Amino acid sequence: MTVEYEAVIGLEVHAELKTNTKAFCSCGLSFGAQPNSHVCPGCLGMPGTIPVLNRGLVEYAIKTGLALNCQIAEYCRFDRKNYFYPDLPNNFQISQLDLPIATKGSLEIEIGGVKKTIGINRVHMEEDAGKLVHQGNIMTTPYSLVDLNRAGTPLLEIVSEPDMRSPQEARMYMEKLRSILLFLGVSDCKMEEGSLRCDANISIRPKGQEKLGTRAEIKNLNSFRALERAAEYEIKRQIEVLEEGGQLIQETRTWDEDRQVTLSMRSKEEAQDYRYFPDPDLPPVIIDTAWIERVRETLPELPDQARDRLVQVFNLPSYDAAQLTMSKDILDFFDACVTEYNEPKSVANWVMGELTRLLNQSNMEIKDSKITPSSLAQMLKLLEQGTISGKIAKVVFEEMFTTGDSPDKIVKDRGLVQISDESAIQAIVSEVIDENPKVVEDFKNGKGKAIGFLVGQVMKVSKGKANPEVVNRLLKEELSRR
Amino acid sequence: MKLYQLTVQKIGEMLARREIKAQEVLESVSERISQVEHRIQAFTTLTLESARDAAMDFDNRGKITGLAGIPCGIKDNLCTRGVKTTCASKMLEEFIPPYDATAVNKLKTAGAVMVGKMNMDEFAMGRSTGSSNFYPTRNPWDLTRVSGGSSGGAAAAVAAGEVFYALGSDTGGSIRLPASYCGVVGMKPTYGRVSRYGLVTFASSMDQVGPVTRNVTDCALVMNAICGYDCLDSNSLQAEVPDYLGYLQTDIKGMKIGFPREYFINELDEDVKNAIKKALLKYEELGAVVEETSLPHSKYAQPVFQIIASAETSSSMARFDGVRYGYRDEDAQEIAEMMSNSRARGFGPEVKRRILLGTHVLSKGSYEAYYLKAMKVRRLIKDDFDRAFEKYDLLVSPTTVSVAFKPGAMTEAVCDILTTPANLAGIPAISIPGGMVDDLPVGLQLMGRPLAEGTLLKAAYAFEQATDYHLRTPVLEV
Amino acid sequence: MSLIAKDIEHLAVLARIKLTPEEKESFAEQLNSILNSARILDELPTDIVEPLIYVLPLYNVMRDDIVRPSLSNEEAMANAPSYEEAKFKVPRLL
Repeated sequence: MTVEYEAVIGLEVHAELKTNTKAFCSCGLSFGAQPNSHVCPGCLGMPGTIPVLNRGLVEYAIKTGLALNCQIAEYCRFDRKNYFYPDLPNNFQISQLDLPIATKGSLEIEIGGVKKTIGINRVHMEEDAGKLVHQGNIMTTPYSLVDLNRAGTPLLEIVSEPDMRSPQEARMYMEKLRSILLFLGVSDCKMEEGSLRCDANISIRPKGQEKLGTRAEIKNLNSFRALERAAEYEIKRQIEVLEEGGQLIQETRTWDEDRQVTLSMRSKEEAQDYRYFPDPDLPPVIIDTAWIERVRETLPELPDQARDRLVQVFNLPSYDAAQLTMSKDILDFFDACVTEYNEPKSVANWVMGELTRLLNQSNMEIKDSKITPSSLAQMLKLLEQGTISGKIAKVVFEEMFTTGDSPDKIVKDRGLVQISDESAIQAIVSEVIDENPKVVEDFKNGKGKAIGFLVGQVMKVSKGKANPEVVNRLLKEELSRR
Repeated sequence: MKLYQLTVQKIGEMLARREIKAQEVLESVSERISQVEHRIQAFTTLTLESARDAAMDFDNRGKITGLAGIPCGIKDNLCTRGVKTTCASKMLEEFIPPYDATAVNKLKTAGAVMVGKMNMDEFAMGRSTGSSNFYPTRNPWDLTRVSGGSSGGAAAAVAAGEVFYALGSDTGGSIRLPASYCGVVGMKPTYGRVSRYGLVTFASSMDQVGPVTRNVTDCALVMNAICGYDCLDSNSLQAEVPDYLGYLQTDIKGMKIGFPREYFINELDEDVKNAIKKALLKYEELGAVVEETSLPHSKYAQPVFQIIASAETSSSMARFDGVRYGYRDEDAQEIAEMMSNSRARGFGPEVKRRILLGTHVLSKGSYEAYYLKAMKVRRLIKDDFDRAFEKYDLLVSPTTVSVAFKPGAMTEAVCDILTTPANLAGIPAISIPGGMVDDLPVGLQLMGRPLAEGTLLKAAYAFEQATDYHLRTPVLEV
Repeated sequence: MSLIAKDIEHLAVLARIKLTPEEKESFAEQLNSILNSARILDELPTDIVEPLIYVLPLYNVMRDDIVRPSLSNEEAMANAPSYEEAKFKVPRLL
């Protein structure tokens, strides 16, 4: 009898916060700046330097905790995690162990139309390390170079409960968490840049069993796709081990993107003793209800609320709502456009369709797009008025995207105004019918689809500008007359 | 009398009246240094060139502040921008910080003339200045004896007239003990009263910067300059700094003084005990009410201090790894090896021992039994003081169990039994010249409730004015 | 529970301090002596005593999220034992 296994997945996510300054010193944050140019005696770990807590970090942490439905701690403190590494200036990391700032939260994911709540165990504050750059291959390089610009950057660590049961759920959780953080504006959440990082804890157990199996921690997941693939691989690997009668060990594994496998890290991590103790340099943080409420008032509309609004107020299908709330920038664009042109479904279609296609093609973000909510609204009005046809609209849209010109200007400059004048179209219809007797005969003999060719010809002659509805009608009328 | 023999207060007055120039004052000190420094070895670095510039600055256009134009020494664990700050360790032999400690900055702003950096036990861990990587500092009263530590250079230089005052640091007695051995005044302020920014950390929850001076008035002058809130230190107190000079009066009638019986331990030298008893009688003469009291948990202070200080130090010393500054083993091929060798060679045995001990008490399996336990007993020790201060204005005890000893004659562990409790409780404490035994100074320790520096200075001043111990100076053959 | 040289070795690895065999023996002795003296703390009943984690009654000590000048790269590198391309240079990791 084969055992049916279920996967148990928990995720540990680190988000780099975009406060103005680092967690414990007043250096500005940097990305891509000259190496070791955003450092001070404090984040260089020089003798006699001591940390001073950034208020912005605490506010962002409370904000995030609230957005994740957490209980915000009345009393929390900082602890030191002691270990040696060249990118860690003090050779300890200031973090939070026993008394984190937020606990017992949750977020909701939707899979196949079914909603599921994923628990969040804790959210805590800590600081980032610097960057270690290896010359060449990590195995053969004789030396490494240390850049401490990133050292001291504020991080939030968000630990989920092991509530996910499939790689897809894990991915959905990450996507939802990411969109919440983006909506809050606390992080850039770019996995490829490292401002959002994720480690997965994966184990399996026979279905129905309550006790958790031996888990593996998977690191080096640099994209949502990597997370999903690594989880799929790891679950399969663990099942295979057990089915072959082997034993699983608790270990840390790394995802090898090239070979698409997880590999054991023969790490001394297991023997590591971090010797946590409360950081004596930093007084505790006491958060009263007044502070929590002040922060709560600054909470923006979150993805779930926005989705509900789009469905209930704008009557959009939930698929559209989900797509439009993937990022705050997209949602803001959509909302702005709808205020000028109150046809949410049309706007939704164009944002999810043509605009997304063009953005992806050019590898651009919506906030960098030359098309503005206003210009899209204008274009949609032209379309509604019949000034341009649907096909022409696509042409106009692409030009708007490339040049940033207004739709009015483009339509005027390129003479793309739709021809709806019936006599003009009639003239072309007659011409086309005259020139295609065979097709006309096919049509009369019952080949209904032949009209498509004729429509095409009319459109060709009119350079696409003829109003297709009128063309169809006049063609049909003319054909029935002949 | 030569200029170097005068006090900060006196020199300050003469400078204010333009009776003398700061350059003259510096020359007097400079001459004295050339006479005696080779025998005492109180300095790690002399900065006479820049001192001359500072003195000239003052003479040309300096503001009179009470400390302006007056030569001082800075313990070598306080960062001084552009000037080597070695902590008397091989690890930081060549380290030049690009920043000043806040206390140093305050002195500079006040126009102080820094003559040099003062020798100390390596990374402030010791009670004799014998563990300095460079050389030991000798006691000006008897060159065969230790100056005490870890602020030995500061105390010896003040006693010998090489500087008018100095800044030291005190974590378990490091200002008070050498002050006691060298017959000068040394104060450890309330924890948080003086900024720790730029003071190389020994134990985060206990370190304080404080003055070493020849008399109580000078101490008040320096305290006025260095105390105060600093936004760069998260444990800095916002409480306003009073004018400590205002506390210097001789009428202490009715002051309630307790002497904890537990401080009169077996190891306490009989002569020292007698000197302290005599001092207590003097206080009674002055009208204070002197009573025996009890701080029942005193005997636990030593192990509590050792556990907590070493734990904190094992963490704060981790930054010394040869990566960004400091001593580095250049031959190592691999990074863990590089760090281990650099620290093995950069640190002396005293420092290593404390780091290893601290690492142990924080380890899995030891944390509860040692570190957590020590933290709990620390509270009991503090509670003892809180209770005592409900009844007494201050507590008096010997500072040290003996007078200055000869190198190797004393285990250092015994030395700071009487001084560590004040660090554990975070209360202010001062050691003043309290007597003499065989022509060697005996220190009298006064301890007060948090932020009661004024009360301590008042009681210290009254005693000082009624005795002449503070007027005695070591005879150094030149 | 007495520490032996092997325990000291473990601590030395955690603390990144290379020790000779003699040092390990010596430190084992010294640490044991200190830890034995510390046993005196066991006499005290402390089950209901709150550990003294913070000496001062301070809390919420924070600074505003405002950028202040950093060091120049030259200043940051001035004490570096070894550097290249404005970064600290270290031997490779094993």
